[in-house]
Amino acid sequence: MTQTPAISIHEDYLALVRRRRLYGGILLVVFVALMASGFNLADARNAGSFRNGFTQIFDFPADVIGEASGKLNQLPAHFLRFFPALVETINIAAVSTLIGASGAVVMSLFATRGLALWPRAIPLFRRVMDFTRAMPEIVVALVLIYVLGGGPVPAMIAIAFHTIGALGKLFSEVNENASLKPVEGVRSVGASWVQTMWLGILPQVLPNFLSYTLLRFEINIRASAILGFVGAGGIGYELKNAISWGQGKYDEAAAIFILLFLAIVFFDQMSSVLRNRLTQGGRS
Amino acid sequence: MTDAAAPLYDQTARLFARKRLIAFGLPALVLIYLTYVFFSFGVPGLLERARWDNGRTLVSDAFSYKTHVTRDNRSGKVVVAIEGERKGTYPAGRSPDWVTTDGTATRIDLGHGQTAIFLPGKKVILELPDFGKIEAQYANRRVETSLGAKLPDWVSLSKSRLSIELEGARLTLTRNKTEVFRYFPGWELFFFTLNSPYYGHGPLEIFFGPRIDPTRSNIIGAWHDFWNNAMWRHSDVAWALFETVLMAFLGTFGAAIVALPFAFIAAKNFSPLIALRFTARRLFDFLRGVDGLIWTILLSRAFGPGPLTGSLAILFTDTGTFGKMFSEALENVDDKQIEGVRSTGANAAQSYRFGVIPQIMPVLLSQVLYYLESNTRSATIIGAITGGGIGLLLTQAMITQKDWEEVTYYIVLIVLMVMAMDTFSGWLRNKLINGGGGRR
Repeated sequence: MTQTPAISIHEDYLALVRRRRLYGGILLVVFVALMASGFNLADARNAGSFRNGFTQIFDFPADVIGEASGKLNQLPAHFLRFFPALVETINIAAVSTLIGASGAVVMSLFATRGLALWPRAIPLFRRVMDFTRAMPEIVVALVLIYVLGGGPVPAMIAIAFHTIGALGKLFSEVNENASLKPVEGVRSVGASWVQTMWLGILPQVLPNFLSYTLLRFEINIRASAILGFVGAGGIGYELKNAISWGQGKYDEAAAIFILLFLAIVFFDQMSSVLRNRLTQGGRS
Repeated sequence: MTDAAAPLYDQTARLFARKRLIAFGLPALVLIYLTYVFFSFGVPGLLERARWDNGRTLVSDAFSYKTHVTRDNRSGKVVVAIEGERKGTYPAGRSPDWVTTDGTATRIDLGHGQTAIFLPGKKVILELPDFGKIEAQYANRRVETSLGAKLPDWVSLSKSRLSIELEGARLTLTRNKTEVFRYFPGWELFFFTLNSPYYGHGPLEIFFGPRIDPTRSNIIGAWHDFWNNAMWRHSDVAWALFETVLMAFLGTFGAAIVALPFAFIAAKNFSPLIALRFTARRLFDFLRGVDGLIWTILLSRAFGPGPLTGSLAILFTDTGTFGKMFSEALENVDDKQIEGVRSTGANAAQSYRFGVIPQIMPVLLSQVLYYLESNTRSATIIGAITGGGIGLLLTQAMITQKDWEEVTYYIVLIVLMVMAMDTFSGWLRNKLINGGGGRR
């Protein structure tokens, strides 16, 4: 009689474990089924099927490499020719990150509880950030290209627009963890709201802000290359021209591929080194 | 005492000088950079080149539609059509009440007290409240008007064409046709096209009223006509949205599945061979560095446009990203738990299952779910490039340069889709990570 509770606990535990395993198993089966049927469906709705395409996957790279290796001596000239376009792509990313991050700092301060100038308007600023974050860059870019014509400015505005929301959310999470004591201190000597934020909050959160901004810069370089492809200038535009020309300009395409790859890897490494220094510098 | 404090003063002065330099130098650098970009992007020329009239059409078309009344000047036939499209043509005898036919004359009420009358002989009479009457006719191989030589700025006249901008309407007269547009607010035919019997019936009538079409019940018929609406193509749009989400889902989870085993190879504490580790890491760097754009181009050459290409492009890029993240997470795993599991006599597989997976699962899942939302956006963009999903519909609608109400509709749907995915992934993350214990 005295042992029943122990036994029942043991039994209960085993039953619980069994039920958990069952749920886990069911979840796994459902997940696998979803993946399999999803790939089947995607395959069926695709123009070319996976089975046929799989053998051709290296055809295009082989063409490109074949033609480029035939004209290897022209490659340095192509690098020089497309370098300005690459600089433009990076400029688009840099300016939009700069503008977007500045906007995000302001928005995030307005959207953080305890810091906001108008606490009533916090939900409004949050919704605005949700909206700008949900807007894919291409949507804004295409609309602006129609009005402003092709070029780097539509891409810049589009990426900055998205960056405000994306960084704003991360920044306001950082703000929420900031200590309010410096704010009280600065406020007690009669500082205005701007001064309070400038002297009380920003020194605390700046390393984190910078780290997120660097990460965003890296993402924005990719985005700016993609937007070039739909007509917004930069290296993406040159890539589109070279590729749609087809055979005969594949050496140019190869040069652009290499430039873009190197640029992405370079900024990726640079930002990760800088970010490591930022987070470790903050700690020591 | 002053001697002892002197170096301190010096130091402080130097510190302040440096701070001042940074405080003024950094903004100055940024300003210089922005000025350089301002000119290198050609912003001054851009403002001149910008087509603000395009912007105006875009904005007004986004929430209004126009109905064309066109008189074919050869046959004398008058057609009333929404957006001038065949799909939106009013059947003969069912014209809207602001267009009345009186023998050979067609009288069109253009709102704001303006009236246009189409007459045979390529003639048109406009009655405007504060201007009076304008008569125009195509005769003797040219357009003749009653306006005289001095034209108001809302009238443009050439030998072969007259065009008059009115309030909320516009009239054009050429040899072949006389046409007026009248603008109305709203998205017309959103639910039913004109050939559907349910057009013009409200939801109350459809749900609770008598049968409108005797051959089928109201709800089934209305749903069928709505779903197959030729103007707005609701079923295609729904499919496109689904395809986009599918691309994001397959790409993200496919990448996670592929990346996990490679992450073990790339992690310092799980992989004994340096060469293997190095190879796995360079593979991740390569996959990530090539970027979604190039993967999309390469894969669309092999597989053609469609959701599979998009899924695989996301899968390839994100395998690199996840591989790097997962291997970092694995390197931060606490060895004590693994040791503990191993001390009970577990083999290698069991010690991974019970020692490692429970530790990294929350981190991994939260990263994967975060990417699910961001990949929904990527899938829209990839779809626009390679041709699949809602991105394709969006670019198609943009290319026509007139279906701006459809563009607006798609934009609204995209934003809602991304927000829904964001909410869903956040909810799932909360459920899976905090659901086991803690928050209930």
